[in-house]
Amino acid sequence: MSKSGVIVFDDKETDLILNDIINKIINSDLDFNNAVIIGIKNGGIVLADLIKKAVLDRFGIDCEIGYIDMTLYRDDPFVVKKSGDSTDLPFDINGREILLVDDVISSGRTVRASIDEILDFGRPAKIKLAVFIDKDGRELPVCPDFIGRKIKAEKNEIINVNITSISDKKFVEKI
Amino acid sequence: MSFQKKDLITIKDLSASDINYFVETAKEFKKISLKDIKKVPTLRGKTVVNIFYEPSTRTRSSFEIAQKRLSADSLSITVSQSSVVKGESLKDTLLNLEAMKPDAFVVRHSESGAAHFISKITKASVVNAGDGINEHPTQCLLDIMTVAEVKKDFKSLKVAIIGDIYHSRVARSDIYGFSKLGAEIYLYAPHSLLPRMIEYGGGKVFIAKSMEEAVKNADVIIMLRIQKERASYYFIPSIEEYRNFFKLTPELLSKADKKVIVLHPGPVNRDVEISGSIINENKTHIFKQVENGVAVRMACLYILIGYQKLNG
Repeated sequence: MSKSGVIVFDDKETDLILNDIINKIINSDLDFNNAVIIGIKNGGIVLADLIKKAVLDRFGIDCEIGYIDMTLYRDDPFVVKKSGDSTDLPFDINGREILLVDDVISSGRTVRASIDEILDFGRPAKIKLAVFIDKDGRELPVCPDFIGRKIKAEKNEIINVNITSISDKKFVEKI
Repeated sequence: MSFQKKDLITIKDLSASDINYFVETAKEFKKISLKDIKKVPTLRGKTVVNIFYEPSTRTRSSFEIAQKRLSADSLSITVSQSSVVKGESLKDTLLNLEAMKPDAFVVRHSESGAAHFISKITKASVVNAGDGINEHPTQCLLDIMTVAEVKKDFKSLKVAIIGDIYHSRVARSDIYGFSKLGAEIYLYAPHSLLPRMIEYGGGKVFIAKSMEEAVKNADVIIMLRIQKERASYYFIPSIEEYRNFFKLTPELLSKADKKVIVLHPGPVNRDVEISGSIINENKTHIFKQVENGVAVRMACLYILIGYQKLNG
């Protein structure tokens, strides 16, 4: 936890939310034989990895996974400097069911940019969106299909989700 | 880190970390050219004007493709079809174009210093696409990118630059760029086509006494052509004489490091500065240079226009 952060969900609560969202996804109508998981860099990487593992444990299906860095598709592309990590989608997305994953949704602009980039790679059958925290404050009509928890936060408050590893204490904090 | 200037005029303006920043950004942009849809919306709504006062094939098409892949609106002005032939000065041409509110100019000019001059009279970003015998910074960056794809560390690299160095803006930019990254530079040319060494103070730059000395154990060989348009032929006795002493042959190439990278900025005069067989047998990285050129120019436009957007 950061020095200036205020804990919103502690280790136990965060674990419950994690199990909750993974269960929602696993019990959904997604066809995991045809699904690919795409984590939005950097926040969505860990959750995407955990969902992949859960699908493998539950169904024995090793879903393909990719990561997306949508900096060049942002409506303010220069505010965030292009990182060394780029989009990595090592599979054909045409006709696939995509589970797009991020840790926090607020304005919806990151998701909009990510969908724009995905569509430049092909024509998926559908895209579903999973987010760990819905911070509210939507500026675009974007609605997640799977939400861990909704919370209220000011626009300038940053939500930090830590679900990094089993040994660490998990938490969600507001900075 | 980021680059805090509106223009890219000379490699002298760049630190080693700036050079790495441009190259690292270009690596990311290179991936866009490999996608099915080779386009991102990053520079949507931005206008880039290409003004070429000299003929160009590679550089001009490379910049134009870079602009299209970033979704910028671009227009290219061919001087022979512009008001320049009616006597309009460079400054007046630029001021008129400036009134149309472009975000960047890409400039090639036969006069050294033209890009710098333009950068002082426009608020738009200026990319030097070659000015006289002065510099060609994007060529240097794409050369460095091409070498960096194969060689990890530049500190122990021996880079040989051979040919008409005096008239070569590529050579100047490459000498500055590779020197900043710590490489040793060996120059070889007819004495009449060697620049004054004082220009390269600070770097490890040496004059070789023979082709053998220049290419021996070289990690990178950059071959340059004789520049007809800059009257280089008056600086040498004859093409035949030049060919005998300054052409890179397969025999000479065998004296270089086994993993040597042969670069040429183009256009190539086959069997004058380099044996056609070396090109035919795919022993050069010329087409890699051209491929990387698009990525480097995308990175330059992204970085410079991004700086303008945040600080302009």
